[in-house]
Amino acid sequence: MKFFNKLATAAAVGSLLLGANVAQADSKEPIVIPTHNWTSQITMAYVIGGIFESIGDNVSYVPADSQTVYESIRNGDVTIGHEVWQSTFGKSFNNALDAGGIIDVGKHASATQEEWWYPAYVGELCPGLPSWEALNECSDLFATAGSGGKGRYLDGPMDWHGQETLDRIEALDMNFTAKFAGSSGALWAELASAAKDNRAVVVFNWSPNFTDAGDGGSFVKFPAYSDGCKKSDGGDGKCGSPPAGWLKKAAYYQMPAKWPTAYKIYNNISFTKRDIGNMAALVDIDGMSHEAAAAKWLADNEATWKAWL
Amino acid sequence: MRYFTENKWTQFVALLAVFFALVIAIDPATGGNLWRLQETRFWLLPDIVNDSLKFLINDFWVVDIYDAELDITEESTMIKEFTRTLSGAVLFSINLIRELLLGGVKTVVAFTSWDFISENQWARIPALPWPAVAVGAFLAGHYLGGRSLSVLAGASTIYIVVFGQWTPAMQTLSFVLVAVPLSVVIGLSLGIIAFKNKTFESMLAPLLNVAQSMPHFSYLIPVVVFFGIGDHAGAISTVIFATPPMIRLTILGLKKVSPEVLEAGMMSGCNPRQLMFKVLIPTARHDILIGVNQVIMQCLAMAVIASFIGAKGLGYDLLVSLNMLNIGEALELGVSIVLIAVVLDRLSLAWANKQVDYFADQPFHVRHRYSLAFLGGVIFTSVIAYVASIVFPGKANYLYFIDESQGFTTEKFWDVIVDWIITNTYDSVQTFNFFMITSILMPMKQAYLSMPVAATLFLVAGSGYIIGGLRSAVIVTAFIAFIALTPWWDRALITAYMTTFAVVISVIIGFSVGIFCSRSPRATKVILLVCDTFQTFPSFVYLIPVIMLFGVSDLSVLIAVIVYATIPATRYTVEGLSNVPKSLQEAGSMSGVNRIQRLLQIELPLAFPHIMLGINQTVIFALFMVIIGAFIGTDDLGQLIMQSLSEANGMGQGIVLGLCVAFIGLAVDHLIHTWAEQRKKVLGIA
Repeated sequence: MKFFNKLATAAAVGSLLLGANVAQADSKEPIVIPTHNWTSQITMAYVIGGIFESIGDNVSYVPADSQTVYESIRNGDVTIGHEVWQSTFGKSFNNALDAGGIIDVGKHASATQEEWWYPAYVGELCPGLPSWEALNECSDLFATAGSGGKGRYLDGPMDWHGQETLDRIEALDMNFTAKFAGSSGALWAELASAAKDNRAVVVFNWSPNFTDAGDGGSFVKFPAYSDGCKKSDGGDGKCGSPPAGWLKKAAYYQMPAKWPTAYKIYNNISFTKRDIGNMAALVDIDGMSHEAAAAKWLADNEATWKAWL
Repeated sequence: MRYFTENKWTQFVALLAVFFALVIAIDPATGGNLWRLQETRFWLLPDIVNDSLKFLINDFWVVDIYDAELDITEESTMIKEFTRTLSGAVLFSINLIRELLLGGVKTVVAFTSWDFISENQWARIPALPWPAVAVGAFLAGHYLGGRSLSVLAGASTIYIVVFGQWTPAMQTLSFVLVAVPLSVVIGLSLGIIAFKNKTFESMLAPLLNVAQSMPHFSYLIPVVVFFGIGDHAGAISTVIFATPPMIRLTILGLKKVSPEVLEAGMMSGCNPRQLMFKVLIPTARHDILIGVNQVIMQCLAMAVIASFIGAKGLGYDLLVSLNMLNIGEALELGVSIVLIAVVLDRLSLAWANKQVDYFADQPFHVRHRYSLAFLGGVIFTSVIAYVASIVFPGKANYLYFIDESQGFTTEKFWDVIVDWIITNTYDSVQTFNFFMITSILMPMKQAYLSMPVAATLFLVAGSGYIIGGLRSAVIVTAFIAFIALTPWWDRALITAYMTTFAVVISVIIGFSVGIFCSRSPRATKVILLVCDTFQTFPSFVYLIPVIMLFGVSDLSVLIAVIVYATIPATRYTVEGLSNVPKSLQEAGSMSGVNRIQRLLQIELPLAFPHIMLGINQTVIFALFMVIIGAFIGTDDLGQLIMQSLSEANGMGQGIVLGLCVAFIGLAVDHLIHTWAEQRKKVLGIA
């Protein structure tokens, strides 16, 4: 059993001699970086991995579900989580913080926006956009077979922020119903097919995202957000999402002890909206593989990341 | 009165009459517990399950574990150490196979340390050049099954290489090569124990039912918490899912061995072990091999879902490419998964059927000609690859490894097809979409949701009683009452509505196609091959194209479900009809019936029990896919299961929700099985 235990962690159950100098140097055990299913996150995983490797650390990557990953970070099976989106993963992340075992390593420079969004051509179909009142006027453009005559807003999965969406539609008395897509892939599929038929759609979207590039689109303008305006915070619910949401980094609580240097760098790492957009574009637009895109980004932006070391 | 008790259909009519009377009589506003069961302590069940699991992993039997590297002592629990040790062993096996194929360091690390590896860059296993693996596939195919198998195995390897999927395919292969033997060994052992011990068998049966019909998403978090994340976690959840059919078929096979064979074994003086391994298992080989075939299919079917908890390979790449709407790439990856399944299946079958020639007295080089040829192939291809890298330095070495971006792809072709379909079918699809949703699906959903809980339970209990007597009535009512006691009854009704609709359509399609194809032996062969292919083809691939055509709606989900659930309906119809004894068909023809009469009066009634089992499988497949439909967007139990992934009590909630889904399946399963058994007895083919 002891033998398998060794295999289990593939770690050096080192001798006391080795144990003496661990306090200063990073462990050679690999830092485990999760990869989810969207481009910027996967490329960023390889970028961060490349930075860790440049100081001689070992890294390994593991595919993970973006909601369950926080449980794995807590247990130490995964070392970091480098893209924690406020409104989509905030809940899972906070649950893990409450349960303990995970550190909040601060935010990326990039602010995030998560809001109702429409592709550029829809702006021509419904002239008053991006104001939400104009959207409401054109609600019949957005009707679908299942929406019962009202406009349909295609939201992300119910667990991202479903109740807030329903509250907002009710508070603003909009002529819309919300349909919850089951995955981000479903959102993109609906967008792609709508674009082919020039059909009006309004969906949940966020920025930075691959949709920032190309023909683009715009976020719907709702009444401005103020602290406590959401129904869940005791407000009347007549407001949009925060204009600058956070994108946080998470880490396993033993990371500072085990990989002190890497942890210090990880603390400094902070990607801007442009960085994230560029990483995604190398894959989505230039058709590179995620690893190759990360290598290219690292080569092109040495000044940026060398400053974090 | 006697007429009533002897004719089941009159009982059904009476049952339905009372059911509708109840539906009308119970008013949603004032019905109280008759309309929907109100909140009880039972609603705490998810929390209790969650807390007990947490207690088990975090606080039960605490032990101190010394971390030499950090020089600290940490608390852990015996359960955690045990499960992590187990996953370590599984992970080691996966890595060993993977690094033989793709190269790497983790196997070396297991015997040395990460420090050693970092200091000694030479100490890593080099990847085999792909032509060496292809040679291996050709030779293995030839050794086990002759020329045609050799061509199949080799050509599949080359397909995978040419499409630039070498790395993910070998990752999946290494995962499968561990999960399959593990499932087979566990399944065989448990099957043997159950065969010998009746008590164990009766204890095992309900567990198998639940393990097979629980949606995978409902136990993802527990697996992650107990076993960690990575290929091992994927392999372990695959084993949970793939072992039940193996156990079942082992028991079935062993039970079918005739007493004469057993007595012959005893008379030749076998001890119990010899009796089991030299007599019983070889005799039951046919059923056990079907079990192995099922294990292989299930393992590859899990490839995508296992990637949610860390399994690398084709499944993960497929998920990523779908999310990027690369349907062409997803299709190519799906084909690779099917090819791996087919090749492994044929190879294992050929291996099991190969007779050992005990009397051959051959010289060394003849006896070991395949191993020697493989060794030669490895050396030859390595030399070629090495020479190529020297002759063309700095260029991509196609003779050693082909990267994803260097591979051939048909993506563009598929993109054009998808484009064409969407732009050219828009109007007709919209009309169809509108009609289906407003005239059929929404009214049907409303009808299901307007059933009072008391009426539904009465209907269930009544059907159970009519079909299988008091025992069945109690069993199925218990299953459904469990769901009624949870807060999710309405969600379960939506799941039931989608499953019913999908099953009805799938059965109609499958039945018609099945009858049509069973008329000619060649068509039978073709359709069975199609069924095999579609069963392993990852169902996730359908999700994105149906959304593109039909939008995010129940209709999209149902179309994906129907595509998937038609497979068992077709397969069992074909099998049932072609297994009707020839003598009976001839007897019919001799009595002067025409083809239609023969089909309706002789073949269909005789094939009916088998077809019913097909419908049973259709229900299970449909339930499975309705839950996967949550990725498109549903508002049933599946959505809640997905949601539980981000809840604080997600472990408990997921499991209880999973049980709700499983219980729907099990209730239907019980009714159909009981009915089919009775029919078989009546027909004398039990």
